[in-house]
Amino acid sequence: MKYYDKLIFELSKAGRTGFSLPENKWNVSTDALPYGIRRTESPDLPQVSEMDVVRHYTNLSQMNFGVDTGFYPLGSCTMKYNPKINEEIANMPAFQSEHPLQPDGSVQGTLEVYYELNKALAAITGMEAFTFGPCAGAHGELTGLMIMRQYHLQRGDLKRTRIIVPDSAHGTNPASAAVCGLEVIEVKSKPDGLIDVNDLKPLLDDTIAGIMMTNPNTLGLFEKEIKEIADLVHRVGGLLYYDGANLNPLLGVTRPGDMGFDIMHINLHKTFSTPHGGGGPGSGPVGVVKALTPYLPVPKVVLDVDGKYRVKGRATATICHRSGKMEAQENCELAAGEVSGFMGNFAIMLRAYAYILMLGKQNIKMAGKLAALNANYVKETLKDCYKLPIPSVCKHEFVFDGLIDDGAKPATPDSPEVTGATTLDVAKRLLDYGFHAPTIYFPLLFHQAIMIEPTETESKETIDAFMDAMRKIAVEAKENPDFLRSAPHNTPIRRPDETTAARNPILKFKDQPTE
Amino acid sequence: MLDRIGAKTLDDLYSDVPADFIFRGEYDLPDAKGEQEVRDYFEALSKKNTSLKVFVGAGAYDHYTPSVIPYITSRSEFLTAYTPYQAEISQGTLRYVFEYQSMMCELTGLDISNASLYDGATAAAEAMKMAIACAKHKTRVLLSNTLLPNVLKVIETYAKYHGVELGFIDVNKGQTCIVSLKNELAKGDVAGIIVPGINKYGIVEDFAGFAEAVHTEGGVMIEYCDPSTLAVIKTPKEWDADIAVGDGQSLGIPLCFGGPYVGFMTCKKEFVRKMPGRIVGETKDSEGKRCFVLTLQAREQHIRREKATSNICSNESLLALFVTVYLSLMGPEGMKRVNDLSYGGAHYLHDELLKTGKFAEAFERPFLNEFTLKCNVPVNELQQKLLDAGFFAALEIEENYVSFCVTEKRTKEEIDSLVKVIKEA
Repeated sequence: MKYYDKLIFELSKAGRTGFSLPENKWNVSTDALPYGIRRTESPDLPQVSEMDVVRHYTNLSQMNFGVDTGFYPLGSCTMKYNPKINEEIANMPAFQSEHPLQPDGSVQGTLEVYYELNKALAAITGMEAFTFGPCAGAHGELTGLMIMRQYHLQRGDLKRTRIIVPDSAHGTNPASAAVCGLEVIEVKSKPDGLIDVNDLKPLLDDTIAGIMMTNPNTLGLFEKEIKEIADLVHRVGGLLYYDGANLNPLLGVTRPGDMGFDIMHINLHKTFSTPHGGGGPGSGPVGVVKALTPYLPVPKVVLDVDGKYRVKGRATATICHRSGKMEAQENCELAAGEVSGFMGNFAIMLRAYAYILMLGKQNIKMAGKLAALNANYVKETLKDCYKLPIPSVCKHEFVFDGLIDDGAKPATPDSPEVTGATTLDVAKRLLDYGFHAPTIYFPLLFHQAIMIEPTETESKETIDAFMDAMRKIAVEAKENPDFLRSAPHNTPIRRPDETTAARNPILKFKDQPTE
Repeated sequence: MLDRIGAKTLDDLYSDVPADFIFRGEYDLPDAKGEQEVRDYFEALSKKNTSLKVFVGAGAYDHYTPSVIPYITSRSEFLTAYTPYQAEISQGTLRYVFEYQSMMCELTGLDISNASLYDGATAAAEAMKMAIACAKHKTRVLLSNTLLPNVLKVIETYAKYHGVELGFIDVNKGQTCIVSLKNELAKGDVAGIIVPGINKYGIVEDFAGFAEAVHTEGGVMIEYCDPSTLAVIKTPKEWDADIAVGDGQSLGIPLCFGGPYVGFMTCKKEFVRKMPGRIVGETKDSEGKRCFVLTLQAREQHIRREKATSNICSNESLLALFVTVYLSLMGPEGMKRVNDLSYGGAHYLHDELLKTGKFAEAFERPFLNEFTLKCNVPVNELQQKLLDAGFFAALEIEENYVSFCVTEKRTKEEIDSLVKVIKEA
């Protein structure tokens, strides 16, 4: 990776263009718009040639690390390999060129993908049906909680405004609950990392809408008391929400629907191999058990008796279908609402469905177990140089609590005090060795958390190379912690000054100080 | 590897899963397929779709995607990267997001842009929550009834569960009615309003007096925009709007049956601390080199948990790259040309349709690339004829009112053959 310092604006030359459009042969232009609604000054966009654009973004790409560049042991993110056939399928013109409001008859192939992927996800999770509106995991959480609230509201059960969230939960869980108008009640973890059922019991009453859980939890531990938890929550009339961020290790082993969960989301960009795109697009379909299907958001795809697929419950009219009056006829009046503009991130669904078809019922069952194998292998191999606070068998990921020997030394008459290396320093030094850093300082239960998730798609050789680097770093920490504290040394940039970035925000090209 | 772990079989790794829950059946899924079989399967599926000439907008616009865009956005360094938490090896993503933010500020005229949101409709819902967060103790947000129906629905869904009371502003002659706005404002408790720059009828709205009326009552003005058209129509800044949102799909993103698209949001700088989503900022590294980082993270869910301004984390970063590359290629001149071509085609179609005698003017209001006519013949029959001829056109916005959209992709020949079908219908 090499440093490249340009911004596209800095390549701009007045009058240079990179577009290719026909001349305007119409006798009119937007200059004919009334003055009062017309823009007076044109936007100051870059003026560059096509080749300028191609070179600039190619250079930018070379400062980026992706799954195709190297190993990403990023806990809770499931950075598995993204098969290339999926990209080709998502880019097929007949899927890319369809307008979202086209009449059902003209998009039967597209609608079949919705229908079949729904069936496949239901089979894998033990849920009854999914909605594909949510565009990301957090969006799925919010949608799932809306369904939960809608269920209670429709039954006239208006007092259920509180939700239980474990202290080990992803930050999105409490944030999604708050956006959904729920009060968050935290349940504590025991020293072994699992939910403390005794702490849970007194929190349960008829004001509880439900509980949000990840299982395995963010420490990679299976919540083995899930049956008791499910019974307790159901007994007071609450529902169980399953955060699908950690679904991967359960493929082929157990299903959220069988464990007593009522609502769940899946991150297609984690468990089902779609690329992360530098932070999206994702897709967060939400599934529910049979009793909750009337509350699933609309629109939805159904298979009619005539063998044709149809979209139900759209807000916007489509050709030959009038909107508004249709909702009641289509039995959508209990639905939680609409959660995105059209029908979710279809191109992501295509990729996930291709992945499922490639693995098939045989191979998908191995994905979870191999992910757990890789994670436990790393945990057991590195525990002599990194603190392992919870030694039990993990699933897809686990957490270290920093270095065993961080190199810190008290001051002696001969030498001054030496400060030790932190988890941040370990993470930064890993970048020098050509690996992405693990998730750090999460979960919040440990001060120096290093959360590692190798996924099933990495070979033993890759994992061994990663562990060699982790070992070397542990030795470096012992011998020369200062060297780690200034890492990384070989990346396009060194550590950025984040404090100044937040104190004096420069958030666009024109905010830059003129020199 | 199992030896190292001290396990005999892979199943030993799951000894803590209660036996009742172990899935012993067979997944109800097809058998594993080879790559060629999968390709054949999807090719067969894709043939069940019919390619239509698109003359409909309604929130998704059939603009041309230059070849450079898929070429750049499919580079695996961009495509397979995670969110840029490790700035040292993510300068590619961070730089293009910074450029994206700069360009969205140029188009809308406002000070601050975030790194993207899911889509236009959810961006509008986020803006509604932002209005509530900015205006302490006010609980109402007003929505114009000229907003697209799907955008209205998503805002209503978020409002219902977030506990926001919605009011609605009436339509007058195809445009948001300022008298109705003032009546609603007079009822008090208004945190903000959401109005569309170009509305569901295709009309370019005139917001003279809107911002002043809202600001006097202590609310914020949120404009829902089609960013492509902001190159030629009055900007949110020029209307003195506080927040602009919308869908970036019109900036080089294929239709793709509705997603992935990209929501955008820009605002005046006094609202930055309430803005949802990621924001990229410029700084220097320890050697003084210019570099870029995710910044102002104190607003976000992973720090603030239930007190965060929003639950959003992943957004639509790769789609922001589509937009950035598109706007770089187009520049100010290309953006003007796209709008001129769409304007010219739409006005030609509008006049030709009126000449058929089957339509009447619905509103005497300026439009750009989309317009609505009153249909004097049975709508369903007309739509079916168009469909049979390979056109997706005449979307029924309200009973007997149909809309058409023309982008730069539609040629005069295509428009003429559409008109011919209608004449003969």
